Amino acid sequence: MKKLIALLLAIMLTAPAWATAGLGPEEQTKAFVDQVITIIRNDQDLQSNGKTATATEAIDRTVLQPRFNFRHMTSLAMGKEWRKASPEQQETLVKEFKTLMVKTYSSALTVYTNPAVTFKKSRFQPTDTEVQIRTQVLQPGRQPADIDYVLEKLGEEWQVFDVVVAGVSLVTNYRDFFTQEVRNGGIDGAIKSLQTKNQGPPPPPAVTP
Amino acid sequence: MIARQPYLRLMAVALLLVVTSGCAARQNGNPRDPWEGYNRAVFSFNEGLDRAIIKPVAKGYEAVVPTPINTIITNFFSNIGDVLTAVNNLLQGKVRDSASDFSRVVLNSTLGIGGLIDVATGMTFEKHDEDFGQTFARWGFGNGPYFVLPLFGPSTIRDSFGLLADWQSDPLTYVRPYVLRDSVTGLRFIDTRADLFSAEKVVEAGAIDKYAYLRDAYFQHRNYVIFDGMPPREEESE
Repeated sequence: MKKLIALLLAIMLTAPAWATAGLGPEEQTKAFVDQVITIIRNDQDLQSNGKTATATEAIDRTVLQPRFNFRHMTSLAMGKEWRKASPEQQETLVKEFKTLMVKTYSSALTVYTNPAVTFKKSRFQPTDTEVQIRTQVLQPGRQPADIDYVLEKLGEEWQVFDVVVAGVSLVTNYRDFFTQEVRNGGIDGAIKSLQTKNQGPPPPPAVTP
Repeated sequence: MIARQPYLRLMAVALLLVVTSGCAARQNGNPRDPWEGYNRAVFSFNEGLDRAIIKPVAKGYEAVVPTPINTIITNFFSNIGDVLTAVNNLLQGKVRDSASDFSRVVLNSTLGIGGLIDVATGMTFEKHDEDFGQTFARWGFGNGPYFVLPLFGPSTIRDSFGLLADWQSDPLTYVRPYVLRDSVTGLRFIDTRADLFSAEKVVEAGAIDKYAYLRDAYFQHRNYVIFDGMPPREEESE
């Protein structure tokens, strides 16, 4: 009996990973957005201190890793500059851009402590392989936020490659910036500024006794 | 009219200066932002002003004013804004939306006690977002160059003229005495700033170059509202 319960529990816990395969893009989006909301509502550090680090980490691990196509995001963000990068450079770019996206996407949701998400009417055909799912995040006393997910069909699974907040793509918003960066310092220049951003602000100078 | 509104005069001068300075676009610059030098200077000025005065005041406002009162204040200004939205929807030929906006104003001003409570949204009269900049866009005017306004931040030449028209048709502009008009306008400014704290978090997380990030976000967001939330998706250039 104990074994059976353990087995059932194990199935329930791993369920989100495969249970959504075969469902439509709206259902799949709903499934992972619900996971994000659950993480936010249950994260002690966020609820009591407003600190977002652990929630961001959990959102990344359980939702973004399996659901977001970071390679596609990076190439989309870089536009025509993407092809100028060597395979090694592309790999580094994806790694750094992923870090940036995880933080940016999470920050759009962790400003809420008790969010509710409604799904607005999304227009797409059953044969489409690229769709935009429209959501709205609500919390009393706060401005509602329109967050759209752009997904592509890969096999039976829908993967996110763009997130649009109030009409602003968190991904393509870097286009002009990357064009400028590559013009000034080449692909390596773009990598450098991503790395600098991801390392965060420099630590305050040490106080000499 | 303009003489009594120092900011309008300042903006008119700035517009004139920039427009008459002609196309001094740098060869390597961003084609949408030929006046990047001027824009970055005004941007830093605005940032300094925000850090020193506006943000602390808005923080204090948020800390002191309880959430329900804050909502009431936001609703009050939102109701006044709906007048402008209704007019602009009409000017864009969206008669049905315009009628809905006017209904919102009537319902919220009466049942909603002078706009303090937004009863109309619950009655399926959805809130829209319209202004003269969007109307000019619908009439076929392009953005023109990016143009950062002192105090008000990101804009374009078209949207700056839009903003001038917004002010002329804003009921608050005609409130007298002037001291009352200025106090209420100031309150609206701070209330709007306080509502931006959430968006600011995303900008902090995402921006590598804050100036460029806000500029590109401005263009995207304007495109989004001009097309009423349904802009055509950009082609991928991969």
